[in-house]
Amino acid sequence: MIVISKEKLTIQKEQDVVLFRNRIKELATKIGMSLVNQTKLITAASELVRNMLRYGGGGITHLEIVSKNSIPGVRLIFVDEGPGIKDITLAMKDGYSTGKSLGLGLPGAKRLVNEFDLKSEPGKGTTVTIIRWKNGL
Amino acid sequence: MERIPILKMGPFLLVTIQVDLYDRLALTLENDLINMVSKTEAKGVLIDISAVSIVDSFMGRILGNIASMSKIMDAATVVVGMQPAVAITLVELGLTLSGVHTALDVEQGMELLRTKIGQLDTDEEGLYDSYI
Repeated sequence: MIVISKEKLTIQKEQDVVLFRNRIKELATKIGMSLVNQTKLITAASELVRNMLRYGGGGITHLEIVSKNSIPGVRLIFVDEGPGIKDITLAMKDGYSTGKSLGLGLPGAKRLVNEFDLKSEPGKGTTVTIIRWKNGL
Repeated sequence: MERIPILKMGPFLLVTIQVDLYDRLALTLENDLINMVSKTEAKGVLIDISAVSIVDSFMGRILGNIASMSKIMDAATVVVGMQPAVAITLVELGLTLSGVHTALDVEQGMELLRTKIGQLDTDEEGLYDSYI
């Protein structure tokens, strides 16, 4: 996999999310991603960035255009230095939430992208990486 | 503070969301709407989301909340104009908005609301008169 372009965006408040979503839309449009796939990617990103704000106290997002076997995609990495996730299996379960939400954020985001990776260490923070390929189903 | 305008149209409240929602804005809308239902004794709430390109679980929950709260306040809620890509994404996300009535556009949404409140004599002019 090669990285074609990369940039960073710091997320500290809710309004940053709007800018972040718009930037993903620009990148996805650039590689010719369909509207449905764009919507899925941005919705997944919206869930993850909310988690980052709510539980991780904000953090840094990396937005990249990547390519594998000459198929382009958008890779997003969410890095926070919050309390981390104690039980990842539980956190990935539909309907589980330590907050007051519906508990769809993490499992829902996973369903909306082609690749999903979550790493977390209690006390150190959480890193989530997602990829949506241009034509990925 | 940024706010989404709520219009009163006869016995209904009409909300057209034309900006990208962030959480606080959605929460403010929920609050404002419920207060307006109480203040105006509205019988129906119509929310037009045709310009909204992203509905995530939080926004979906707010829509559900508005519907349940209005129901308790004796008002029906209809969400109209959802973009196909948004509908596909919502279901895949795991949110079916089961408690929310929907219609394809504002016109059909109004029709549905009128039926819901049993106001079957759909006299358009009468409706606009009372609105003015």
